[in-house]
Amino acid sequence: MGSGRLYLAVAVGGFRRYATYRAATAAGVFTNTVFGVILVYTYLALWDEKPHLGGYGQAQAVTYVWLGQCLYATLAIQGGGAEKDLMERIRTGEIAVDLYRPADLQLWWLAGDVGRALFQMLGRGVLPFLFGAVFFPMALPTEITPWLAFVVTLLLATVVSFAIRYLAALSVFWLMDGMGVNQALMITGIFFSGMVLPLNAFPGAFGEIVRVLPWAAQLQMPADVLMGETDPWRAYAFQAAWAVVLLAAGRLVQSAATRRVVVQGG
Amino acid sequence: MADTNTDPSTQAGADTDAFIELDGVEKVFDVRKKTGFLKRERRQVRAVDSISFTVPRGEMVGYIGPNGAGKSTTIKMLTGILTPSGGRLRVAGIDPSRERTRLAHRIGVVFGQRTTLWWDLPLLDSYKLMHRMYRIPDARYRENLDRLVELLDLSALLDVPVRQLSLGQRMRGDIAAALLHDPEVLYLDEPTIGLDVISKARVREFLRELNAERGTTVLLTTHDLQDIEQLCSRVMVIDHGRLMYDGPLAGLHEVGDSERVLVVDLERELPPIEVPPARVVKVEGPRQWLAFPAAESAAVLVARVAAEYPLVDLSVREPDIETVIAKMYAEQAERAIS
Repeated sequence: MGSGRLYLAVAVGGFRRYATYRAATAAGVFTNTVFGVILVYTYLALWDEKPHLGGYGQAQAVTYVWLGQCLYATLAIQGGGAEKDLMERIRTGEIAVDLYRPADLQLWWLAGDVGRALFQMLGRGVLPFLFGAVFFPMALPTEITPWLAFVVTLLLATVVSFAIRYLAALSVFWLMDGMGVNQALMITGIFFSGMVLPLNAFPGAFGEIVRVLPWAAQLQMPADVLMGETDPWRAYAFQAAWAVVLLAAGRLVQSAATRRVVVQGG
Repeated sequence: MADTNTDPSTQAGADTDAFIELDGVEKVFDVRKKTGFLKRERRQVRAVDSISFTVPRGEMVGYIGPNGAGKSTTIKMLTGILTPSGGRLRVAGIDPSRERTRLAHRIGVVFGQRTTLWWDLPLLDSYKLMHRMYRIPDARYRENLDRLVELLDLSALLDVPVRQLSLGQRMRGDIAAALLHDPEVLYLDEPTIGLDVISKARVREFLRELNAERGTTVLLTTHDLQDIEQLCSRVMVIDHGRLMYDGPLAGLHEVGDSERVLVVDLERELPPIEVPPARVVKVEGPRQWLAFPAAESAAVLVARVAAEYPLVDLSVREPDIETVIAKMYAEQAERAIS
């Protein structure tokens, strides 16, 4: 199909675009490894005090940490994916060029972000994870099925993550600047995705709420699927539902934005 | 508001060659201005105010005006990314804002200050993307790419990341990207902005050839009047969203009521020459500057000066359109005041 090949080309471009920054990638690998080590010891101390916190054993907690470091850049949990470029293009008016193209704006950016995610996974995510697997005891499955299910949830997680960031980026059509939105994205992303602590460990009603927010689809779901803590089909359904809702919302906002807003810069 | 529902039967019969048609097109923006802590004042800005013109297939037209005149707004409506507030607009018989994607396959756009190229990747990657985006058949893509690479001298640049290209190189790269799918019309928004003399000449020469050989319709907005002088036989002047002039370039001079200047070098210093209707505007030693109406014959004037004064050398300076347009604006403003 013609348009399939277009978006494949866009995804390849997204992959290659991030692949050009080798020093940044190397620095990222180093940072994620160091943070992983710090977090692992923090978690181990915590799990020592409170064994089976959130239903995880110590090995599971360690696995969760290294998954977090692996997916941190992959899912652009604190932002910094395609939405960053999009915001900049809206702010400078460069978006006008994207709009006259015979392509769908949302699919275009989604494809680019999927390409980016794949590169971040391979270039930046895998190494810290392997480091963790070599030096710390992890709770990893030995059969192939959970790994395959993990790949599916990862794909869905990427789409949900993109959909959240795409909505945030579109707000720049009205706000004219993305600084505040980026800050909000970073804080909500890190906290509600469970980068600080697994969402399973959040207590009471607050925990109940946090576990049904769209950010739960990002790190918590893939981790639970890999470690067999949840039924994969439940995870797929949860992620797909949020993906559909958020992408549809993105479409609505996109059509409102392009209809009413003056394209900046004359 | 202009009537948008003309009888379709008469439309087809009228000027079938009109490729771009604007009939009373308007674009009104709501601008909110802060007037107090929480108070906002709503004001309407008419960026384009009832503009009508047609461009036949294969013509190369200059679209000029000062900053904020409404040039870019017009182009954005022609590409379909802005919807007109009123009036009727057709490009190749298509309403751009309704069928933006369908029209996109038939038009090419180059914004001088924006780029369609993929910033971090080699130039060729952007062209591959165009190949997929416009679904260009493989054979035609290769043929067009080879031709554009040759004409725009891009062969050494194809593997260079776009961010490393100079402005002139990037501009040529952008023009090629806009033409890979054989568009019937090319909109150029300030294509020579910021380019050096050689790059400008190169871009202009390419555009001339494109128009002559492939019959591509070209609409060119620019601040550089040399672009217009060298490329366009027809020019439209827009200011405050209104079309102030539409006609041949030469006609601008008459409208602007402009003057040419005859510069004469005499054998020695002399009192100002008297040859009406010319008048001396400047004297510097033996050199004198005589202004005379642009419509008058320079030959007659020169003959008279040569007969009555000791003439050594002379030259005639044509008015530049810049002055003509500036004059036109000034007159418009005067009329508005009185």
